[in-house]
Amino acid sequence: MPDSGPPVGAPLASLYAAHRKIYPRAVQGRVRRAKWAVLAVLLGLYYLVPWLRWDRGAGVPDQAVLVDLQHARLFFFWIELWPQEVYFLTGLLILGAIGLFAATSLFGRVWCGFACPQTVWTDLFMWVERRIEGDRNARIRRDAGPPSRDRTLRRLAKHAAWLGIAAATGGAWVMYFQDAPTLVRNPFGASSQTWFFFALFTATTYVLAGFAREQVCTYMCPWPRFQGAMLDADSLVVTYRDWRGEPRGTPKDLGNGDCVDCSACVQVCPTGIDIREGQQLGCIGCGLCIDACDDVMRKLHRPEGLIGFETLANLAASTAATADMEPGPARHAAGLAARRPPRLLRPRVLMYAVVLAIVAIAMLGALLLRETLSLTVLPERAPPFVRLSDGGIRNAYLLKLADKSHEGGRYMLVLEEAPGLRLLVQDVATDAAGRPVLPVQGDGVASFRALVTAPAVPPAAERRPIRFRLLDAAGRPVAEAESVFLGPQQ
Amino acid sequence: MARKPETDAVSGVATTGHEWDGIRELDNPMPSWWLYTFYACIAFALVWVLFYPSLPFVRGLLGNTARGDLAAVMAAEQAKAAPMLARLRTATPEAIAAEPGLRAFALAGGRIAFANSCAGCHGAGGQGAPGGFPSLADDDWIYGGSLEEIRTTIRHGVRNGEAAEARGTAMPAFLQAGLTMGQIGELADHVLSLPGTGPANAAGAALFAENCAACHGDRGEGNRQVGAPRLDDRIWLYGGDKASVMRSIAYSRAGVMPAWESRLDAAMINMLTVYVHALGGGER
Repeated sequence: MPDSGPPVGAPLASLYAAHRKIYPRAVQGRVRRAKWAVLAVLLGLYYLVPWLRWDRGAGVPDQAVLVDLQHARLFFFWIELWPQEVYFLTGLLILGAIGLFAATSLFGRVWCGFACPQTVWTDLFMWVERRIEGDRNARIRRDAGPPSRDRTLRRLAKHAAWLGIAAATGGAWVMYFQDAPTLVRNPFGASSQTWFFFALFTATTYVLAGFAREQVCTYMCPWPRFQGAMLDADSLVVTYRDWRGEPRGTPKDLGNGDCVDCSACVQVCPTGIDIREGQQLGCIGCGLCIDACDDVMRKLHRPEGLIGFETLANLAASTAATADMEPGPARHAAGLAARRPPRLLRPRVLMYAVVLAIVAIAMLGALLLRETLSLTVLPERAPPFVRLSDGGIRNAYLLKLADKSHEGGRYMLVLEEAPGLRLLVQDVATDAAGRPVLPVQGDGVASFRALVTAPAVPPAAERRPIRFRLLDAAGRPVAEAESVFLGPQQ
Repeated sequence: MARKPETDAVSGVATTGHEWDGIRELDNPMPSWWLYTFYACIAFALVWVLFYPSLPFVRGLLGNTARGDLAAVMAAEQAKAAPMLARLRTATPEAIAAEPGLRAFALAGGRIAFANSCAGCHGAGGQGAPGGFPSLADDDWIYGGSLEEIRTTIRHGVRNGEAAEARGTAMPAFLQAGLTMGQIGELADHVLSLPGTGPANAAGAALFAENCAACHGDRGEGNRQVGAPRLDDRIWLYGGDKASVMRSIAYSRAGVMPAWESRLDAAMINMLTVYVHALGGGER
């Protein structure tokens, strides 16, 4: 390898790069309209969902979506989750991750470009910026020019608007964790924690969407670094069709390709990159350069699509088909003819789909088969067993009866498959048949201590499995739990 | 050795000079804000150390110490528990056991107090230990298993020489009191026959009626008034083999337990009472 580095003793390049401010230009077009639509839906959901009501009866929050940390409950419309059911959230995260992988291998960085909160809020902040400070050129001119009253006022207005949006964002965040109307009616009654998280999310929104912007995607976010593993030659990615655009130059010269080097694609880019340099880390796949370029092509009466969502396989095919051709309509036609419809049903996509389906079905099944009453038995192990004065052996168990419904009830406890063992539950009444009756309040956990005794004769086995079963008033089994009865070593 | 700067031919970016199987790492510059974030963290740490020095005998600018913070938290917790503790202090164990809220609090507090003060001898779950530390988890109570009796035992202890009302009378050492080792062996045989676990011994029975029945009862049923343990059950505080029983008769046994009234708050003793009573299933 030729040594192309600087001579020994030459100063090293700086370890730190100064921030280059980006002034994205406004753009209109199909992709932009799609982005606005996604933004409206996502932000609308984010800000409005805490206000949805869902009647769950007296004494239960009526907020449709609520993470009640204080009482350790998660409410989602008709679903109410307890902390021990956090695996539903895990399942949701797995679904999200696999969904992200699938979307990326099909359509490239659509998540980054359209739906990521960083993109959505940055987009909103840029829109505010343009309304107040003007478009790209006006902003560049004003920033480069001398300080003026006009500039200061505009900047103040911009930051005030940004802070307002940021505060609404932080405010909406804390509303997912407590009753939204109560919070808005009496914000000063909120806890200091609430205020902390409100301030935190206000600050992060303001800083990340107002200042950090593309730096988040390029330097902070891990996702761009490894999503290359999900992309292949058949993924639709934002691509400059160089076979059609090169060589760049003025349209007056007929030897030039379709790219007139107007730099519209660079000016509209929110991360400030040049898509014509090919696939790169900085490209978030938002497709605004497509709109910008199509606009220019229309004005030049040339076909649209010099930049577009394209697979790398098609790009290579078009390039090969047009390798020796001069710029012009013939080259364009040959390049287009070489393209094939994108292969959507690829092994990796199918595998993602299968995993998605399995996790989704498993979660749905778990949700539908979820029991509202659960019995947990924890044997006391200090001591493992107690010898009684008549020579009998006794084990103690901690029973936890959780009732996730809001009705509560009284349940009979019986021991199954345990002939000779006597069951006693401390501090509860027994029914006519002598079975302990365990009361439990709705939406609560009741703890009981059960004593199980084996008679002196026959001697208690060293270890035998036992099963506790709960019966409802009609004698139907409603829950059960297995445990073990321990005796002395024989 | 100074690093020889080297530039990657494709990207034109300097490399770190490290090479793994022909793969070189590019040395792309970091954004400068990253560096400033690092400086900000150092500045924050410097300010933080002024307020929380974490050095012995040094207070922070506002007088903060970790110990002081802990004390404030503890005081707040104690203030929260104070009304409940005040009620537990004056209520009888029966009244505590009868009221579910008080009882739950007492059981939780009793569990902690037990681990602190009692588990050393009686075991973590009250299972006792060989050699004279009675199990509190069984149904055998030397001085009585009612709430009131348990509380009396906890308050005054056993043979401790510090509380006048302490439990326990001394059992004579019968080797000194005139019995021979042969007689003691016969006596032990009789004692072991009481729960039905050994053959009868007529000579031992006669010796038992003469020397032991006054305290332990005619059939070894025990006497809680004087703390004479039951001998007709399967629970042996000092071992149920003949040698252990002979040793108990010959040299006597005298377990000791401190009087907790002078060491623990009344509320604590009441909580312990309820907890210990519940351990073994309790006696009414």
